[in-house]
Amino acid sequence: MKDFDYAAPTSVQDATTLLAEYGERARMLAGGTDIIVQLREGLRDAEMVIDIKKISELMALEYSAEAGLTLGAGVPCYQVYENAEISAAYPALADSTRIIGGWQIQARASVGGNLCNSSPAADTIPSLISLGASCRIAGPQGEREVAVSDFCTAPGRNILETGELLVSIQLPPSTAHSGSAYERFIPRNEMDIAVVGAGSWVQLDESGSTIQEARISLAAVGPTPIVAQQAAESLAGQEASEENLAAAAGLAREAASPIDDMRGTTEYRVHLVGVLVKRTLARAVARARGES
Amino acid sequence: MAKTVLVTTTINGESTEFLCKPRESLLEILRDTLGMTGSKEGCNNGNCGACTVLIDGLPVDSCLVLGVEVEGVEITTIEGIADVGQLDPVQDCFLDGAALQCGICTPGFIVTARALLDKKPDADEQTIRFDLSGNLCRCTGYDKIVRAIQAVQESN
Amino acid sequence: MSSGNGNYRVLGTRPRRHDGAEKVTGSAIYANDVQLPGLLTGFVLRSPHPHARIRSIDTSEAEATEGVFAVISGKDFPEVADKVADLGEGSVNLSYLSGNVMAKGKVLYKGHAVAAVAAVNIHVAEEAASKIKIDYEVLPSVTWVLDAMADDAPLLHENLFTDHMGEKDEKPSNTAVHMHFEKGNIEEGFAAADVIVEREFKTATVHQGYIEPHVSVADWTTSGRLKIWTATQGAFTARQQTAEVLQIPISDVVVTPCEIGGGFGGKIAVYLEPVTALLSKKSGRPVRISMTRAGVFEGTGPTPGSFMRVKIGATSDGKLVAGEAWLAYDAGAYPGGMIGPGCMCVFSCYDIEHAVVDGYDVCMNKPHTQAYRAPGATQVAFACEQVVDEIAEQLGICKLEIRQLNAAKEGMRRVDGPVYPRIGLVECLDAVAQSDHWKSPLEGENRGRGIAAGFWFGCGLKSSVSASVNHDGTVNLTEGSPDIGGTRTSIAMQLAEVLGIDTFDVIPQVVDTDSVGYTDVTGGSRVTFATGLAAYEAGLDLQRQMAGRAADLWECSADDISVVEGEFKGPDKSASFKELAQELFKDGEPLVARASVAPDCSTNGFAVHIADVEVDPETGKVTILRYTAIQDAGKAIHPSYVEGQMQGGAVQGIGWALNEEYFFNDNDTMDNASFLDYRMPTMLDVPMIDTIIVEVANPDHPYGVRGVGEPPIVPPPAAIANAISEATTTRFFELPMSPPKVWKGLSETS
Repeated sequence: MKDFDYAAPTSVQDATTLLAEYGERARMLAGGTDIIVQLREGLRDAEMVIDIKKISELMALEYSAEAGLTLGAGVPCYQVYENAEISAAYPALADSTRIIGGWQIQARASVGGNLCNSSPAADTIPSLISLGASCRIAGPQGEREVAVSDFCTAPGRNILETGELLVSIQLPPSTAHSGSAYERFIPRNEMDIAVVGAGSWVQLDESGSTIQEARISLAAVGPTPIVAQQAAESLAGQEASEENLAAAAGLAREAASPIDDMRGTTEYRVHLVGVLVKRTLARAVARARGES
Repeated sequence: MAKTVLVTTTINGESTEFLCKPRESLLEILRDTLGMTGSKEGCNNGNCGACTVLIDGLPVDSCLVLGVEVEGVEITTIEGIADVGQLDPVQDCFLDGAALQCGICTPGFIVTARALLDKKPDADEQTIRFDLSGNLCRCTGYDKIVRAIQAVQESN
Repeated sequence: MSSGNGNYRVLGTRPRRHDGAEKVTGSAIYANDVQLPGLLTGFVLRSPHPHARIRSIDTSEAEATEGVFAVISGKDFPEVADKVADLGEGSVNLSYLSGNVMAKGKVLYKGHAVAAVAAVNIHVAEEAASKIKIDYEVLPSVTWVLDAMADDAPLLHENLFTDHMGEKDEKPSNTAVHMHFEKGNIEEGFAAADVIVEREFKTATVHQGYIEPHVSVADWTTSGRLKIWTATQGAFTARQQTAEVLQIPISDVVVTPCEIGGGFGGKIAVYLEPVTALLSKKSGRPVRISMTRAGVFEGTGPTPGSFMRVKIGATSDGKLVAGEAWLAYDAGAYPGGMIGPGCMCVFSCYDIEHAVVDGYDVCMNKPHTQAYRAPGATQVAFACEQVVDEIAEQLGICKLEIRQLNAAKEGMRRVDGPVYPRIGLVECLDAVAQSDHWKSPLEGENRGRGIAAGFWFGCGLKSSVSASVNHDGTVNLTEGSPDIGGTRTSIAMQLAEVLGIDTFDVIPQVVDTDSVGYTDVTGGSRVTFATGLAAYEAGLDLQRQMAGRAADLWECSADDISVVEGEFKGPDKSASFKELAQELFKDGEPLVARASVAPDCSTNGFAVHIADVEVDPETGKVTILRYTAIQDAGKAIHPSYVEGQMQGGAVQGIGWALNEEYFFNDNDTMDNASFLDYRMPTMLDVPMIDTIIVEVANPDHPYGVRGVGEPPIVPPPAAIANAISEATTTRFFELPMSPPKVWKGLSETS
């Protein structure tokens, strides 16, 4: 690895000051499971590596039924899925964090880091988007909030400006009769990057038979995670039937614009979008009904 | 040239100090600086688990942790899985069950399996396979490794 | 599930292995664990181009970097004559070997080593390597075997002419060798057939995937002798290859085989030994290089990809009467691939009267291929076993029965000539029929069961051991076979058995090339057989010596001494091995025995696997529901380690069947040189692998041992393909049968 300096600031202020000074020459270090690989392989450069794990706001994990979830940017994946309350409230996020790269990776890797790495194939982002998550960002000019769906701009790039730092991810309180799910397709059963990923969230009515609202998001089928807006809107006010879910899955396919690469062909990925959206919608509906 | 950093940490129950540059991984520190060669390098990429150590009881790929990051944590390596002169039940069951052939992946498996059994003593076969999917073995086909872990469970 | 103990005290038991405690505590010394004062770390710079001429190399900036002690490139290596050396398991052209270790003038594949740096640590070495300036003239390249055979293909070697069974073509070519085998009369054979199936197959390049990368340490600083510690399957072959590449006498080199983290055939050729040697000489310090994982994928020896056409004819009663195979295998950058064994194995399981096999060894811009566990056999089994299945389908015959009907037996001549002695394929097929797996019905949608047979020769080759008796009656056994899978113990057990002592009264050591007689590689499924045979004979030598000394002691004739279950019995006195050893220590020469063997035979291992799969038609993903590996081990010395070979080979085969491949892009470079995208099975991807050990004694070994390491990798892709065909009525003719391909194939048939 090329040489770099290391700092472990203990406040958001100190971190943003360092970031402002180093700009593109600094990289953030949370779990390290992406950045260390990238530094070692020369895919990303750094003169300064800023470890955020000593900043308490970034390591905070706070949940209440009333306020929702505050997920500090550096909180490792395992703390999400091992928390029964959080897993019950946000099952899609539990799904995602449980399957990222094996136990050793989950012990370190953070959802915030997964988001900031901004890979189009990131497993947590479709879940965050479908759960309506937003980012709390701190910078030299102060704080701002950005919807996760607006965060990624291109493969590996996002809306963070020079000096800015992701502090935490906010998830709104979970509502009754809602459910979510994330699934990805990989050739093996673990340790692969998603060929396609789908995160779905549904809000059912009290009877559990009608979908009031849905959100669907896709991984690995575009330059950024994709919001399948049309597909989601098509479900509003619809019966949560197999046919309707399948129809929405069909619409979701149209939102996808995958490339051909060694992980999958365009044709195969488009097809898988339909399969996974159908499956995650069905699981989300089942969870919303309290079935699984 | 980056500044050399002094790190104080605990390894296998003993307070340890070492000097390192930020770019050195924990795996390099353990093996090259501290001479603890039990943790192995298989891919240097977080894909094979041969370098697994425990940090505060959780398995991590030490090739993906920088030496400078372990200030103040508790690290357990294969060298510290059992007390001096003894073998941990996981090690015994691996030996009795012939759960190793070339042995290069074995330290990583034993560390992860120990952590699994401490956390989920009644893990079923599917859970064992899921939680150990970050450890690759090319020699055994995994069968005897799973059975060795089950043998530890049965002996309890 | 395991072999019984039978008439033996020790054989068939399952003791802990002698080196087990070191391996489970992490204290065993692998090549990367060797510590020497002043050790430097090296790094190999590799070609980014699949085919290019090297116009110039400028290492000056690298050499001037602080912390760098030496830089070498192709020019530092001596010229090596175009001569062929016998390296034990096969021969090698030394100029090709030398060129592969470090390119001179031309790079032939992405990953080809072009230079190397020795520095204070890996980071400095890498940085310095990035400062080496190389001017390449990029040339057109080729990475598919049929393209490489075409007349207009880019040529790798201007002086390579196709050898057709001894006669050379006049025009240079990428095809190094065309071999041809025949038996009977093929036209007659097909004329008599009622059903004929002909299919074409493709298989992708796959790697052995050992978890330990290649690692070598060299100290060429004092005394003029080159000392090497390395991860190798054969210290003697590493010594010879290194000496040849460096053009120094073999006696100047001593190689210590460290504990090794897997080999499977891929750690026989040398890559790093000569490089670290020169770096050590130049720097005046010992040097270690541990290959990066990308370097392992791109710079060592994967197995051939292939194109195969197999045609088999049968009469309506299910008798196979004619077989024709056209096989083109990758050799990679240099000639000398695995086409020979492929030709020999393609029809090796069946008694087919008329057969023709043509095989081609083809060069292309990929790393030079090496052996991968039964090299060349898995590919042809994938082809032949599917064609046999199709014939069974067309004739309405049970797939197990057609194999039983045609199974190779003692006395059958293989297409390449040898006649089988007593072999155990029929017994393996019978074991399938009796197995719980075969008898359990498989129910459910999209599920299917497949079987496939496989064969591997298992060679003999040379082994030497010496055994010296300690005065407490234990025996030190010195041998030269690197222990990759528990062979120290299986060899010690054979000595313990013949001497009538306990397994742990034998203390086996794997030693360096100065300390034991010549021993061929740990490979070819030979170690338990051949080194075990040597240990057995050393045991007999020891008994003869001890009997002679007992006769002196007891004042009788040596003819009056018999050894029964390790006990020496004279006319009126007797003593156990230990008692006699302690007594003999008091006076007279120390007891040292030795044996060396060179059995010129094959051990002929057959395996049959049963696979149950479930296919998800929506995604093309194949799940292995249940798997049973059945194999003739001759005699399972340590059943756990025999089972381990069967299970390990089966899972490698499962990976080969479903997901492993080198992805070459349009630039003819590998896109997936990491364990992330080179997808080997994780623990979650496979079920338990049940095993059934069949024992049909090998007539060429006192205990009946057959080689077991290689046969288990031969059947799996075929068994899984046959199972997928049952599950979906679609056959797949390309490896790997990865989800996108399976999905595409299913959507096209439906």
